[in-house]
Amino acid sequence: MRINVDWDRCTGMGMCESLAPDVFEVDDDGSLILHTEEISADQEAEVREAVAACPTEALSLEGPIDA
Amino acid sequence: MTHLVVVGASLAGLRAVEAVRRDGFDGEVTLVGAEEHLPYDRPPLSKEYLAAEECPDPRYREEETFAGDLDVELLLGTPASALDTAARTVTVGDRTVSYDGLVIATGAHARTLPGTEHLEGVHTVRTLDDAIALRAALRGGARRLTVVGAGFIGSEVAAVGRKLGLEVTILEALETPLARAVGERMGRALTHLHRRHGTEVRTGVAVEEVLSADGRVTGVRLGDGTEVDTDVLVVGIGARPATDWLEGSGLTIDDGVVADETLAAADGVYVAGDVARWPNALFSDVAGGTMRLEHWTSAADQGGRAARHAVDPAAAKPYETVPYFWSDWYDGRVQFVGIAPDDGDEQIEVVAGDDAQGGPFTAIYRAGDRIVGALAVDMPAEVMKYRRLIGARKTWGDALELAEQRRAQRAAKAQQAAQQAGEQRGEGA
Repeated sequence: MRINVDWDRCTGMGMCESLAPDVFEVDDDGSLILHTEEISADQEAEVREAVAACPTEALSLEGPIDA
Repeated sequence: MTHLVVVGASLAGLRAVEAVRRDGFDGEVTLVGAEEHLPYDRPPLSKEYLAAEECPDPRYREEETFAGDLDVELLLGTPASALDTAARTVTVGDRTVSYDGLVIATGAHARTLPGTEHLEGVHTVRTLDDAIALRAALRGGARRLTVVGAGFIGSEVAAVGRKLGLEVTILEALETPLARAVGERMGRALTHLHRRHGTEVRTGVAVEEVLSADGRVTGVRLGDGTEVDTDVLVVGIGARPATDWLEGSGLTIDDGVVADETLAAADGVYVAGDVARWPNALFSDVAGGTMRLEHWTSAADQGGRAARHAVDPAAAKPYETVPYFWSDWYDGRVQFVGIAPDDGDEQIEVVAGDDAQGGPFTAIYRAGDRIVGALAVDMPAEVMKYRRLIGARKTWGDALELAEQRRAQRAAKAQQAAQQAGEQRGEGA
């Protein structure tokens, strides 16, 4: 499963980092750093929470989950 | 469970219907909204929506999405007027809608200055229609903008006014703006941001009278007799939960609809968003009682939770959260997570930057031996790291340790940048 970031919408709000810090981090200038694009099964739940918590709806998931 | 009714068609209401459909709920779903508009994104309305050359479409979803994918019946344009918890019905205009599970997400109304509602040039910012009207007023040749209330909405509008080249004055009744939201010292720090950008902030002043001529605002008279002339007057003095329609329903109303820790207000009735008052167990040891939040994040979150609980009450779980809000002022961003304990400034420590001139800085808040809050001005990388600590009930010592780590990381980064700059200069020579 892959994370898509709509970079035009993302403003570095950081909710994603607070829910899934291994995947997302906001840099000093407010830009989003994606530590990984591929999501493993054990990261799925917190990444789904991060997607739902994004105030600019900049995150989405696509594809099947890897075993 | 066969029929879920959601009253309130803003963010919490939208997330309510989306959550149960995503879970596979196959009963009927009805979404009731007082406004004609489909659910829309509210935070931009006091920010870029007012400032941008072209206003983006603020709707979250197209109408087809509700009829199609979500299979939701929309009842828009008429507010719900009554609730009967015994008969399990909601009155909407001349319709009586029966429910098995109900989510109340009716939000809040902007407070107004009595007697000014019909004056031209006087605005509040809550709904899309409010924002459309204010946008036209600010861009229609106005020279002076006066904002009553130095809260977050008022501050954002003031910042937009400056961006559009207006003379801006903020009038605040309290001596320190935002003292209740972020504490006295940090309230002063945020006030510097306004002054730095040429906005006049007058604190400890009372608006005695709104002055007008020919049905149009011309200024305000303050308690000391001074008059402030203005072309546009924005009233940003907070919001009042939309609970009038629940009078006589038997629900407990006390600055919001009072619910238990699972967001239940009565049998089969759950609350979400600005209207919801509930005990947030995460802070019960340091700040007793209930809380009501007017934040995007909690509305989104509670909407989904309340709806899931409404369709399956047996599976209802306590809802706890670390509150989060942000506010965009001028070219910067103010972010706050957690709660600000109201027992004084000694509970606050600035862990990065300097608050004396309004930032950039990061400050953390203590209650008992816990970190309970963090405020950042133009330091977007900091605040969410503390949100995790707050949610995990970490100690003040843990927070100071993180602050130290972050200091070291920032110093290393700065050194690396300086070295690179030095090498580049060396190559250029």
